[in-house]
Amino acid sequence: MQIEQRQSQNPLIGLLVPVASALVALALAAIPLAFAGADIGAAYQQMWQGVFGSRFAFTEMLTRATPLIFTGLAAAIAFQARLWNIGAEGQLYLGALAAVWVGTGMIDGPMVLMIPLVIFAGAVAGGLGMVGPAYLRTRFGADEVVTSLLLNFIILIFVQMMLEGPFKDPMGLGWPQSEPIIEAAALPKLMPKMRIHAGLILALICAVVAQVMLTRSTWGFRVRAVGANPAAARHAGINVNRTLMGVAMISGALAGLAGVSEVAGLKGYLTADLSPGFGYTGIVVAMLAGLSPVGVVISALFIASVFVGADSMSRAMGVSSYLADLTVALSLICVIVGGFFGRFRIRFGQGAAA
Amino acid sequence: MDILQIFLSESFWAASLRIATPLIFGVMGALLCERAGVLNLGIEGIFAAGAMAGWMAVWLGAPLWLGVGAAACAGAFFGALHATLTVPLGLSQHVSGLGITMLATSASYFLYRTALPDVTSPPRITPFQPLNWPVVSDIPFIGPVFFGQTALTWLALFTVLAVWWLLARTPLGVALKAVGDNPDAVNAQGLSVYRLRFGAVMAGSALMAIGGAFLTMSAFDAFFFGMVNGRGWICIALVIFASWRPGRALFGAILFGMFDALQVRLQTEAGAVVPSQVFLMTPYVLSIIALVLVARKADYPRALLQPWFKGQR
Repeated sequence: MQIEQRQSQNPLIGLLVPVASALVALALAAIPLAFAGADIGAAYQQMWQGVFGSRFAFTEMLTRATPLIFTGLAAAIAFQARLWNIGAEGQLYLGALAAVWVGTGMIDGPMVLMIPLVIFAGAVAGGLGMVGPAYLRTRFGADEVVTSLLLNFIILIFVQMMLEGPFKDPMGLGWPQSEPIIEAAALPKLMPKMRIHAGLILALICAVVAQVMLTRSTWGFRVRAVGANPAAARHAGINVNRTLMGVAMISGALAGLAGVSEVAGLKGYLTADLSPGFGYTGIVVAMLAGLSPVGVVISALFIASVFVGADSMSRAMGVSSYLADLTVALSLICVIVGGFFGRFRIRFGQGAAA
Repeated sequence: MDILQIFLSESFWAASLRIATPLIFGVMGALLCERAGVLNLGIEGIFAAGAMAGWMAVWLGAPLWLGVGAAACAGAFFGALHATLTVPLGLSQHVSGLGITMLATSASYFLYRTALPDVTSPPRITPFQPLNWPVVSDIPFIGPVFFGQTALTWLALFTVLAVWWLLARTPLGVALKAVGDNPDAVNAQGLSVYRLRFGAVMAGSALMAIGGAFLTMSAFDAFFFGMVNGRGWICIALVIFASWRPGRALFGAILFGMFDALQVRLQTEAGAVVPSQVFLMTPYVLSIIALVLVARKADYPRALLQPWFKGQR
């Protein structure tokens, strides 16, 4: 048996691999389903119904996809430069905290002022959250995987501290939650009676801008050069450290926007359980998208469908809701294996030696 | 109670060692993987899998040590998966590791929920008991600190010795270190790079899982969601802090246990003045500081994170 690199890169494979991986992951989810004793056909049908069965279900899926587009973009942009930002979860909370800080009455202005201000504050806060690990990496060589990860825990504890201290809502009946965001700072709803909000529009704009920046600008070229080969990039006169700091800032800012969108668009106030791991799921979203910003939108929709569909299925069939997390994890494993078969082929037998 | 009194108390040192125990297993497991050139970020999930498998086995009626064995098998399974993805296929160790963490965590939670659909208070098992050997347990200070621990803590200390001996004194250990430094040289010697790395990742992951089993089978007597709580990531930081040396890893784990034990005691003392969260943060902040201090002169296994393919240079 021998592994060899494919000579030509068929562009169709690049498209086919993520789709096939997602389907394989969904098929593999039948194993735990069978283990739980569910009727598999009915379960998948219920999953489909849970996403496409009604207008409400579909908008719920879009609402769920919104933060995942942001965190997926955050991971995709950082990973393109081989900056392993595993701290999107913390940066999300920093963004949410800043949004609540600005948006709960610190400034009282009209909507046209308040919404950009809240978005800007959240983006800056999130961006600063990744600048720390990036600085420690470029200055001291401290592994950013570990520092950005540990920072998640620190930030979450810090948010809890704020929610029990200065940010605590005196009207919150003792619950550690922030005051509600004032109406002028809240992202508008897109449809009456649905939870879907303008955060989705913002996420789509970010995806398009990121796509154009990465593929069409000199900045994007520098980012990809640093990711492909830092030594060669340095030799070519690219300031690697400065590029990494810029990428860190933008990646963190995008994760911060996920927090803004959840707090100002969906929940209205901040609690310590704002995110059920959107930061970590964003990594799966980015990998499934092959680190392409526009691909992130598609894979976020897929992952959100898995979550929303599996949730509704688990309620209907009495299967543990951890099935959704399990399927998402399987998707990640499948897509990295799928990516391997997109790049390599395996030969068996005598022909391999030749 | 002032700080000096805390440091003189037996309970403080006993707690430090107890808190350090899962970290010792985890950091030894991570060290084995990384010494062979494979970063294993699956540790956080493997901890959960070990905690779950050990607890489940005992809950189903297995003796405690069989539970430890079940945990080790669960760890070795996820280790084998990680090794398959990263060693012969050469996929990104970062991404595969995170995938293993997600997979192992959600699989453990799923299994637990499937076995116990409607339970609100987790069922308890009879965990490992403190040794309390006659005579030695009565020795002041030493007795409560060391002999008030369970057998798993002793197993952890023994593991450090075993890993140290393996790496420093055996031909297998020399080969393992070489495969993490210079796989080409190992291949030229006629040894299998794949086999060595596979074995190291599986054995290391089994150790991590036993660390997880300590949580359900010794520290607590039940499995609950979120019980691993970042311990795995701390182990990843500790390996770097230890510069991939078993002795220093033991020191780091106990140091971390001390900070954690101190944090609880200071919190009850100063809780009124300083928010309790400040103390909860300190272990993580100290981990980052330790990383920064050590990172510069870190003696990385030179082939860490680098895939190696047979017949291709």
